[in-house]
Amino acid sequence: MTTPSHIGTEEKLVRMANQIAGFFATQPKASQAEETAAHIRAFWDPRMRAQLSKLLATDANGLSPLARAAAEHLEQSEQV
Amino acid sequence: MKDFIIPNWDETDMGTPASKATEQVTLTIDGFPVTVPAGTSVMRASAEAGIQVPKLCATDSLEAFGSCRLCVVEIEGRRGTPASCTTPVAEGMVVHTHSPKVKKIRKGVMELYISDHPLDCLTCSANGDCELQDMAGAVGLRDVRYEGVENHFEVRQNGEANARYIPKDDSNPYFSYDPAKCIVCSRCVRACEETQGTFALTIEGSGFDSRVSFGAKSDNALASDCVSCGACVAACPTATLQEKSVIEIGTPERSVITTCAYCGVGCSFKAEMRGDEVVRMTPWKHGKANRGHSCVKGRFAYGYASHNDRILNPMIRDTIDQPWREVSWDEAIAFTATKLRGIQEQHGVRSIGGITSSRCTNEETYLVQKLIRAVFGNNNTDTCARVCHSPTGYGLGKAFGTSAGTQDFDSVEHTDVVIVIGANPTDGHPVFASRLKKRLRAGAKLIVIDPRRIDLVRSAHIEAAHHLPLRPGTNVAVLSSISHVIVTEGLYDEAFIRERCDWDEFADYAAFISDARHSPEATALLTGVPADAIREAARLFATGGNGAIYYGLGVTEHSQGSTTVMAIANLAMMTGNLGRPGVGVNPLRGQNNVQGACDMGSFPHELPGYRHVSDPAVRDVFDKLWGSKIDPEPGLRIPNMLDAAVDGTFKGLYVQGEDILQSDPDTKHVSAGLAAMDCVIVQDLFLNETANYAHVFLPGSTFLEKDGTFTNAERRINRVRKVMQPRNGYADWEITQLLANAMGAGWTYTHPSQVMDEIAATTPSFANVSYELLEERGSVQWPCNEAAPDGTPLMHIDGFARGRGRFIVTEYIATEEKTGPRFPLLLTTGRILSQYNVGAQTRRTENVVWHDQDVLEVHPQDAEVRGIKDGQWVRLASRTGETSLRATITDRVSPGVVYTTFHHPDTQANVITTDFSDWATNCPEYKVTAVQVAASNGPTEWQEDYAAHAAQSRRILPAAE
Ligand code: SF4
Ligand code: SF4
Ligand code: SF4
Ligand code: FES
Repeated sequence: MTTPSHIGTEEKLVRMANQIAGFFATQPKASQAEETAAHIRAFWDPRMRAQLSKLLATDANGLSPLARAAAEHLEQSEQV
Repeated sequence: MKDFIIPNWDETDMGTPASKATEQVTLTIDGFPVTVPAGTSVMRASAEAGIQVPKLCATDSLEAFGSCRLCVVEIEGRRGTPASCTTPVAEGMVVHTHSPKVKKIRKGVMELYISDHPLDCLTCSANGDCELQDMAGAVGLRDVRYEGVENHFEVRQNGEANARYIPKDDSNPYFSYDPAKCIVCSRCVRACEETQGTFALTIEGSGFDSRVSFGAKSDNALASDCVSCGACVAACPTATLQEKSVIEIGTPERSVITTCAYCGVGCSFKAEMRGDEVVRMTPWKHGKANRGHSCVKGRFAYGYASHNDRILNPMIRDTIDQPWREVSWDEAIAFTATKLRGIQEQHGVRSIGGITSSRCTNEETYLVQKLIRAVFGNNNTDTCARVCHSPTGYGLGKAFGTSAGTQDFDSVEHTDVVIVIGANPTDGHPVFASRLKKRLRAGAKLIVIDPRRIDLVRSAHIEAAHHLPLRPGTNVAVLSSISHVIVTEGLYDEAFIRERCDWDEFADYAAFISDARHSPEATALLTGVPADAIREAARLFATGGNGAIYYGLGVTEHSQGSTTVMAIANLAMMTGNLGRPGVGVNPLRGQNNVQGACDMGSFPHELPGYRHVSDPAVRDVFDKLWGSKIDPEPGLRIPNMLDAAVDGTFKGLYVQGEDILQSDPDTKHVSAGLAAMDCVIVQDLFLNETANYAHVFLPGSTFLEKDGTFTNAERRINRVRKVMQPRNGYADWEITQLLANAMGAGWTYTHPSQVMDEIAATTPSFANVSYELLEERGSVQWPCNEAAPDGTPLMHIDGFARGRGRFIVTEYIATEEKTGPRFPLLLTTGRILSQYNVGAQTRRTENVVWHDQDVLEVHPQDAEVRGIKDGQWVRLASRTGETSLRATITDRVSPGVVYTTFHHPDTQANVITTDFSDWATNCPEYKVTAVQVAASNGPTEWQEDYAAHAAQSRRILPAAE
């Protein structure tokens, strides 16, 4: 039985990233992507962040536009 | 012996409560000048001067009543002999407490009492602990002239059954009521009213016929409204209301002050001992959280400590389908260390982790996270606070700069309007509830925001001004509407906001919240709460005086848990309700040491004192002391650990004192995660549900068997004191040390005080905390450091920890868990008074008489359309799974909402709950699950399989020779 709550880790990460982005999207600041990325940076362990970064490569990953922007931002900042 | 020191606090019963007046009055008592606050009774003033006036109906935990007339005194210039307990002092008063006249009166009074009392003192359970006996001695009573008169204590009189005799009531499992010994002083009745606030007891009849009664004449104690808090038992001067344990064991010979290990109120108790047996636990009058009160759990439900189910020897097995093998501590620890190191060699440093316990002490929690950070070498530490109050930490941290409640419990005495949201204090935090109810009876107003009509909404002498029965999952919408009303009607506290917050930020927030979409009229459809009710509640809170907000897991355990906490912070700031007594934001913590577990660095991204692991300066403090190199990367949280386990990158877990299989959501996912690991180590008192998936079982110790500290919901650090040796051989902190050392740590702690010293040395908010200080003060609230040497009862008095308080925009975002045709009802969960959390302890006590199974509350309308009858088995199904339990039909829940508790593993309410979680912290969304309910015949197949599997995994091989 596949149900919304019995999903794989990747889908779960997407859901979590979208939820975080969902909150920061309501914040008035212009720095929504940065804030979303900073939240993920502060709370996710490296393997989760690596998985998120890998997801960016796939097109139909389900990330919301802000979550996507945040993941890209995160990827860049982790590379330096 | 160091362990058994009791702080030297005076336990004398002063007769009447202390007066809070500041004005002083001087009088003369038996020739001695005495100065006391105005309003003090003559009795108490005498006690201050060291003169004990004989008394029976007075005790300093209750208002004076003046019924026994034993305490009479003479006052110069006044006629007659007034009762000293009800007579207030006056300037220049001259009192004689021991004149021939009053001595004679007292003897007469005692003679009358004794004539209606059996003279079986030698075999009475209260022998040596009876005030009637003491007073007979004190007044010099030598003989009783009334023999053969009518009485209440003889079964037969003049050859006939004595109609006045009432047999003993033994229905309550913990105390008995023996009317034959009652002197009708009404202390019990007043304790039930004033201290507990339940009003279960009354005096029936009048004059010689008056008797204490548990409500209606036919009622016994168990069937009455009594919640078994024990306040009446403590107040009773005779053996009439007596703990059964005292009847069984005898009177105690010593006592040790310690702290309840159940809930976040953190009540102080006297463990009264005979040898190494606990005779009884009595609430300690100097305990600053409880002020001498208790609930049934802390007072009576400690029997689990000596329950047969307790595992006392370590056990191991290679795979979880094998039976357990009892081994020596050495073998168990070596086995564990080898396994964990082996996993790390094969799968990397970050492939193992641990879970600290909110039930264990601060010192134990600190050591577990130290083990993980310094010895495992990663930050994969988490705690069950994840599943309850992690959003509090995040939300309050963002708004105020510290992650803790702002007040002490005493603060409630100064409150005028209380909001209780998503909490059920009479069941979850009973002693706080009693203190709150006392304030409500004195006139404070109450607003309850909860899907369910909790007891506080209407109970004896309490009625909430407003109950907003919102749809589960709409907290943010309701709070935003309240703020909308306050802002748009101009009821906010501009002076406070300008002084303490950023005005421009508030202006942005005000613009956001003023939008019509937040108006109560707009949100009513969504929340189910009528707009008028919200408007009135908002006005009351903003204009009713000191406003305090108390909240619980009904706030945090939602996908918008953190946002709701921020909305609460906004509400408190905009109404200026922070930084003084009677106001504030008060998270009611679930378990005894949730606060402490969070403070001690249990979270994977935070070192002790809420400092992020990415901060090199903070890491450096610990690295220098520990000789470690702390990983700068955040670790995995519990749900992430389970995901990673299923993915194969997380293989070993050390769980101290938690039962994640029963307490965490989506049981099937948790069991899949656990089953995928190579080494699960469970350290607990009992073979809990998680242990079904464990390879190592390390038997834990109870709070009676170790030293340490717990930190309660008011940030109060209370001492836990060892009253007996650990039955399993080691305190939990010693077991963690054994494991650390087997993995090469070289720790040398010999007493938990040394761990506290290390905490103080590394964590600024604990800088001045030490066991010496706690001996001296009894308890202290953090921050306790140079800046606040006495600790901090109230936070944010002159400014917020972060500087200016921050208003954060809180947009309502609906949870993804939605009702639909297949799952049309919303399930929400909670707890009840007599049981605690997953019930591992309380189920192993007599408390089961109050709650022997979890039941599902269903509204009559929903029951009717489904053909469900009261008491019938029903099948409860969600998208995640299904279970069966019995239904109870009640309009406490709204139509469309069902409710249950999660105290029994057979029910496994968490088979139903989903893995949706708070956006910021992954705190699971326990409080909202779309479900369907249908009549059924009994347990589901899954429940039967589960029971069979559990029995299978609990097999223990007989010990090898
Ligand atoms: S145990 Fe508590 S609730 Fe019960 S009668 Fe006594 S005071 Fe009242
Ligand atoms: S039961 Fe105890 S406290 Fe209550 S009236 Fe009788 S003697 Fe007093
Ligand atoms: S369970 Fe809570 S309220 Fe009850 S005695 Fe223990 S700390 Fe106090
Ligand atoms: S103690 Fe004062 S009247 Fe009873």
